[in-house]
Amino acid sequence: MAINEPVLPPITERSNILSWMRKNLFGSWYDALLTILGAWIVYWALSGLLRWVFVTAEWEVIVVNMRLLMIGQYPLEQAWRLWLWLGLLVFLSGNSLAIWARQSKYAVLLLLAPALLSLFQVGAGQRGWLIGLTVTGLVGWGIGRIKPEVLKRSVIAGWVISLPVIILLTRGLSESETSFMPEVRTNLWGGLLLTFLLTVVGIMFSFPIGVLLALGRRSELPIIRWFSVGYIELVRGVPLISILFMAQLMLPLFLPDGWTVDRVIRAMVGITLFSAAYLAENVRGGLQAIPKGQFEAAEALGLSGAQTMIFIILPQALRLIIPILVGQFIGVFKDTSLVAIVGLLDLVGIARTVLAQPAFLGLQREVYVFISLIFWVLSYGMSYLSQRLEERLGVGIR
Amino acid sequence: MRKTYTILSLLVLFALALAACGTAAPAPAPSGETVTVKETVVVEVTSSAPVVVAPTGYGVTLKTVMERGNLICGVNSQVPGFGFVDANGNFAGIDVDYCRALAAAIFGDPTKVEFRPVTAAERFTALQSGEIDILSRNTTWSLVRDTELGGNFVHTTFYDGQGMMVPKDSGIKTLQDLEGGTICVQTGTTTELNLADVMASLNVTYTPAVFEDADSTFAAYSEGRCDAVTTDKSGLVSRRSVLADPAAHEILDVTMSKEPLGPMVRHGDDQWFDIAQWTVFTLFSGEEFGITSANVDDIRANATAPEVRRMLGLEGDLGLKLGLTNDWAYNIIKLVGNYEEVYNRNLGPDTPTYIPRGYNSLYTDGGLLYSPPFR
Repeated sequence: MAINEPVLPPITERSNILSWMRKNLFGSWYDALLTILGAWIVYWALSGLLRWVFVTAEWEVIVVNMRLLMIGQYPLEQAWRLWLWLGLLVFLSGNSLAIWARQSKYAVLLLLAPALLSLFQVGAGQRGWLIGLTVTGLVGWGIGRIKPEVLKRSVIAGWVISLPVIILLTRGLSESETSFMPEVRTNLWGGLLLTFLLTVVGIMFSFPIGVLLALGRRSELPIIRWFSVGYIELVRGVPLISILFMAQLMLPLFLPDGWTVDRVIRAMVGITLFSAAYLAENVRGGLQAIPKGQFEAAEALGLSGAQTMIFIILPQALRLIIPILVGQFIGVFKDTSLVAIVGLLDLVGIARTVLAQPAFLGLQREVYVFISLIFWVLSYGMSYLSQRLEERLGVGIR
Repeated sequence: MRKTYTILSLLVLFALALAACGTAAPAPAPSGETVTVKETVVVEVTSSAPVVVAPTGYGVTLKTVMERGNLICGVNSQVPGFGFVDANGNFAGIDVDYCRALAAAIFGDPTKVEFRPVTAAERFTALQSGEIDILSRNTTWSLVRDTELGGNFVHTTFYDGQGMMVPKDSGIKTLQDLEGGTICVQTGTTTELNLADVMASLNVTYTPAVFEDADSTFAAYSEGRCDAVTTDKSGLVSRRSVLADPAAHEILDVTMSKEPLGPMVRHGDDQWFDIAQWTVFTLFSGEEFGITSANVDDIRANATAPEVRRMLGLEGDLGLKLGLTNDWAYNIIKLVGNYEEVYNRNLGPDTPTYIPRGYNSLYTDGGLLYSPPFR
């Protein structure tokens, strides 16, 4: 062994794009072949897609029917009421971003989305409203920045009362047509508006029912337990579409003469009851993950059974199952599209009537791609928010 | 003590939960039995179960409608030319215009109608339970529907029937031109049998290309695997809309089967039936007498023909006999139009949903539209 051999410096690979490509893409003859093949497939798929999106597709069907797709037959002269509650939601979102998402610097950019939408081909009136939304959101954000700790409670309260406010504004106050906010009957609710309301109501009401059912299933009282088990297994045993059919077709035959339950409310009740059964099992999974020691510790502190549940067990259990809950809420959002089959004109239902307009026959692709995009954006939005929420609560870290 | 508190609080919570879903909880229970999403399921249920129907009796429906201040009409929302929603959010189509005519007859205002989109499965239930006052949704008149389903068909407003669609550039104009050709048809349907019968009677030989379902039948046609495709004409119109270039296909002026479509009312209210029926006849007679929405005012001012004068309410009291006002027929024609206007607006040559009138012409033109006299 020659000790005096000169020590060579370590091989430093200078990484530039060419050497990276040589190493990773063209390392051997079959790598090269696969790369070329892959590139060709990507080019072929992308060029076809882009050509369709920018050249072939006739997006006029969307532009002309934007109002239908968004709010269905909701009267245009009353649309300000929808903008109003949308403004409330954006304002609260601005507040919430300022209070709870301080560390993510770019979250505030989300509030620019409505203004960006106004760059697309929308009517002049709508453009004003969209820009107004962004302004409202930014104002809310600014206010939230000033006094985050003071505002916390009122923002939470704002979110809680927003659902009744939304319903009230959408529905209107009185039946007389001359009043300030005449009633807009639910048969005129449609498009994304109806999908949104079905989803929000379904989530808001199925959550408490689901938690109660989960607790009931773990109860030591036989009647409560049997009822919960029976309800959960029965509802989970049938498809949502059959529940919706029952609500739309059978219910009117059982009701006494002259009684009718609004069709939209029937669908809301069906979706809520269906979702509650699934939610109950998710919550039960969370409850079972809480170690026995937590119960014992709570008892040692002198907490009652109800206090233990409310202050110790449920907060931990619900935190654990956030990913599952959000998955289910996204599921509820997409499941609402089934109401199209029972004759309601939600986003999918209205898309099908748009396709029956003689002026736009045969434009299935454009319309379905557009509503898929809406579904994707909103589903991804829910997913994104839940990830932020998980980070905030430290799920998976603690 | 703590235990009892827990039990009590849980019980209270559950009482609340039960109260919250008490009204709707029974709904999911029996659904395990009828999961099938078929029209026939509803038929069975309604015929075997003790059916609760809306209160009926002479004059009840008109009274209800008048008190409510609008007519509720069950329509289709997905068939081009028959029932759909236009870009302004208004319903349109030939079935929809019939509802407007009925509203014009009752209220003198064609906008006093609420359109309720109903699916094929729920349409008869909706009519029976009183959710809708009349069903005008491309529904075929048949014996079972006229009896067991508790409804009465008012009159045929569109004589549908099996038609034939060909590419426009094929030069095919009659069934005889299809000699030696291939025809796409769905197997196991009356459509297939009708085609065989009609072609045999015409002595035309052809090759049937049969498919299991409608989708593959029309997919094969669009790929050019056959020279023509056959199904009901209203179906051809909506199927044509799905083809790559709808304008390149043509529906021949032949009808190979009977599919009379028309509005339907509940059993038990003959006055309502009469109003609905004479609304149809007003549309027919308007065309027969050459009265249109444009010239109805002139004709009303100068009419001498006794029947026209009676119809437009200048003589006699025909409207009062129906429980309406005497200008009911005038309102229909003035505000909605006569049958020709309604047809051309929705299915005429200037629309993308053009269907040749065929049987839907006046009897004087060799069609089947024939109104009894107004006297």
